Amino acid sequence: MDISYVHGLIGGALIGVAAVILFWFNGRIMGVSGITSRILAKPDRDYWWRLAFVFGLMLGGLFAQIKFPVKVVISASGWELIASGFLVGVGTVIGSGCTSGHGICGMARFSKRSIVATIVFMSAGVLTVFFKKMLGI
Amino acid sequence: MNIIMAFMSGLTMSAGLIISGMINPQKVIGFLDVFGHFDPTLAFVMAGALGVTAIGYRLLANSKPILCDSFDLPKKNQIDAPLIGGAVLFGIGWGLAGFCPAPALVGVGIGLPKAIIFVIAMLIGMFLARKFLNSK
Repeated sequence: MDISYVHGLIGGALIGVAAVILFWFNGRIMGVSGITSRILAKPDRDYWWRLAFVFGLMLGGLFAQIKFPVKVVISASGWELIASGFLVGVGTVIGSGCTSGHGICGMARFSKRSIVATIVFMSAGVLTVFFKKMLGI
Repeated sequence: MNIIMAFMSGLTMSAGLIISGMINPQKVIGFLDVFGHFDPTLAFVMAGALGVTAIGYRLLANSKPILCDSFDLPKKNQIDAPLIGGAVLFGIGWGLAGFCPAPALVGVGIGLPKAIIFVIAMLIGMFLARKFLNSK
């Protein structure tokens, strides 16, 4: 088996641990898009833990970069990044979730909405990659 | 205390995303490229994450959170147009660059200029969509 599959399984399990921590202690679902987008709304009593979660995500990247730099390849152009970022932002707010909220937490509690959303966004992603390659953009 | 635990959760998740290779958009695009150079790594990530989360949620189902009175779960259970439409838009954006919110935020921490561009566009999208939903 390819070693990156093993890393995938271990890293995935850690993501699960992160979801269980937030649920067990804070009683919350670890939906990264929801947590992030609500920071932009009028601050309420959940403001600080949401900010702390996002801060943890970013600081993890910073630590990793200092201790054992990772090589990240981003092939998308500037315009692609702007368009895709905007679509991800709008889509996750309208569709109430992303890969973590629907794909992991929602599916783990067998939510019908999350299972449907995950199938839909994965299919849309597959078709996007397919057409992008076909059109050579 | 709940601020510290949320921070720990975010930190743990970023470690998971880095170890699994999911902060690399190329791996995500590889998974979505089922008709081309398919890379199944993301399926292993999902399996690991779903396994741990499902077991954890199940074990905690009849208890209470440590730092508050009750679990806060989404109340909606209808499949509606916003759910489907939103998922379509998200999926297109996800396939376009290979980024979803969490890996992009880790990328900002790493200091990748392209991740910063993506996250700024994402925050603008989120802000406008929330404004639109609130105005309805």
